[in-house]
Amino acid sequence: MTPFPLDLATQFGKPVMYLVFLLIGFAFGYTLEISGFNKSTLLAGQFYFRDSRVIKVMFTAIITAMVLIFLATGLGLLDYNLIWVPPTYLWPGIVGGLIMGVGFILGGFCPGTSLVSAATFKLDGIAFVAGGLFGVFLFSETEKFYDAFFNGSYYGRLTLMDVFHISTGQAVLLVLVMALGLFWVAEKLEQRYGGKAPSTGSKPRYAAWFGTLALGLVVLTIGQPTNIDKWNRIAAEKEALLKERAVQISPAELLTSIADDQLRVIMLDVRSERDYNLFHIHGARRVDGDNMLAIAEELLIDPKIGETVIVLMSNDEAAATEAWKILVAEEVPNVYILEGGINEWLSIFAVDDPNITPKDGPVGDDELRYNFSIALGDNCEAADPFIHEWELEFEPKIKLEKKRGPTAGGCG
Amino acid sequence: MTTASQTEKTSFLKKLFNRPEKEYADPYLGGILLGLVLFASLFITGSGLGASGGYSRYVAFIEDLVAPGHIDQVPYLIHIAGGELNPLDNWIVMVTTGVLLGGFVSGLLHGRAKVELVKGPNISNTTRLVMAFIGGIIFTFGARMARGCTSGQALSGGAVLSAGSWAIAFAIFGSAYALAYFVRKLWL
Repeated sequence: MTPFPLDLATQFGKPVMYLVFLLIGFAFGYTLEISGFNKSTLLAGQFYFRDSRVIKVMFTAIITAMVLIFLATGLGLLDYNLIWVPPTYLWPGIVGGLIMGVGFILGGFCPGTSLVSAATFKLDGIAFVAGGLFGVFLFSETEKFYDAFFNGSYYGRLTLMDVFHISTGQAVLLVLVMALGLFWVAEKLEQRYGGKAPSTGSKPRYAAWFGTLALGLVVLTIGQPTNIDKWNRIAAEKEALLKERAVQISPAELLTSIADDQLRVIMLDVRSERDYNLFHIHGARRVDGDNMLAIAEELLIDPKIGETVIVLMSNDEAAATEAWKILVAEEVPNVYILEGGINEWLSIFAVDDPNITPKDGPVGDDELRYNFSIALGDNCEAADPFIHEWELEFEPKIKLEKKRGPTAGGCG
Repeated sequence: MTTASQTEKTSFLKKLFNRPEKEYADPYLGGILLGLVLFASLFITGSGLGASGGYSRYVAFIEDLVAPGHIDQVPYLIHIAGGELNPLDNWIVMVTTGVLLGGFVSGLLHGRAKVELVKGPNISNTTRLVMAFIGGIIFTFGARMARGCTSGQALSGGAVLSAGSWAIAFAIFGSAYALAYFVRKLWL
């Protein structure tokens, strides 16, 4: 497990967490103010090539944070899976962005800068904030009319690496080169239209640019940890859990959990399609064992993942255990394995089913130990046992843990 | 901000508010500091910076005061203020409150916290105020549509390489540049 991000609420309590966010906000407001972002004419000057402060500050901030983030993830201090990457809703994003641009050039601010402007008593900033509050009201009252559009063209946690099929280090370098190019253009435009002298004394500036580029190359060189690297880091601790059988839940506990209305259970069946079609537990979803990284990504952006139990199952336990390792290494919380797999489940719940009979002779590990007269799927009682017909005793092992890191951005 | 009658207090406030106005920081330096703040936020908490989310919650709070039952009929606001939920009980509200405090303190220290109307030379005060108000409406409407503004999407999402955030960032700047010429009277 990476030491960061911290789980502030659990480790230190909510007041401390709120204090940290207040301090972060304070530093955010302070740096926006010293950057001149409380003055609308300076902000708008960007769009007339007079003053490129906005581009310079924004892109310097982006590349500074980006390089440090991916150094930290590369060194194993921080897990990229646990930081908030805004999910992509392509068209609402683009349309919203185009609308924001109109508001920017008319009003002279964006929401963050307008708060700083209002806090320093600029009357136009206060007017923008008032309008901004009304804008939220307007959106919330009309959202129901374009709900489908607002929730459409959803691509999940889509990154530049996914879009361009490049590594994280390459994406970092790409953004760095683009930003430095923008700075160069901005300087030239300022000299031409803003009447600014070619910057003198810019040695520290060049040093900073080359320093950032060098750090970008370091990010590219050290790379990002693979799933196997992540597993190796936690293997000792997690292998012990497997050995103590702390994460293998009995069929009885699974059935009880499914029947519990208060608990959300996601069952992932990692067996072959053939076995799944012969029999699977009602509500279980078949996933490909080779595809677990994508499944991890999908689970991690589920906003209710901290209140959900994930149960993996194979015929015995081998394939389910491999899938468990992948999910756990990716920091998916509350993942369990069905003890004894589907074979064990059938040995309890399928005793009376004439269509399901034990195989004769030896059966390999993690293979079905039953014959099926027809492909049952989940069309039989054993797939969806009625809990009150069974006297179930088990040692409960499920302990819900919240996911570390945010489950939503600051935009809700 | 000062009233003449309160002598002792006034002189203190005058001192506080009439500091000589200092120049803004070098933009690259400001950017590095802002980047460090953003990194600290992501590194410690996993969350980036944001502003427009705070707007939503303040609005939900006001609506809850004015028309308590109404929120429960607005699908978009139910998840932040439906039923017993307190819309202000959220980290982003802390961030935006901090932004106000931090901006104020910096403005005070650098002699830039004073009542004034900042505008282009060729428009009236009223035009500037009306345009700022309208711009505010349009901007946050767009920010809600895009699920975040320049802070939450362009800055924070950009730094963590979200594809959607980069699309949004280019849309914001593209549209502002495209329109700038037609409204140049506002600023030049």
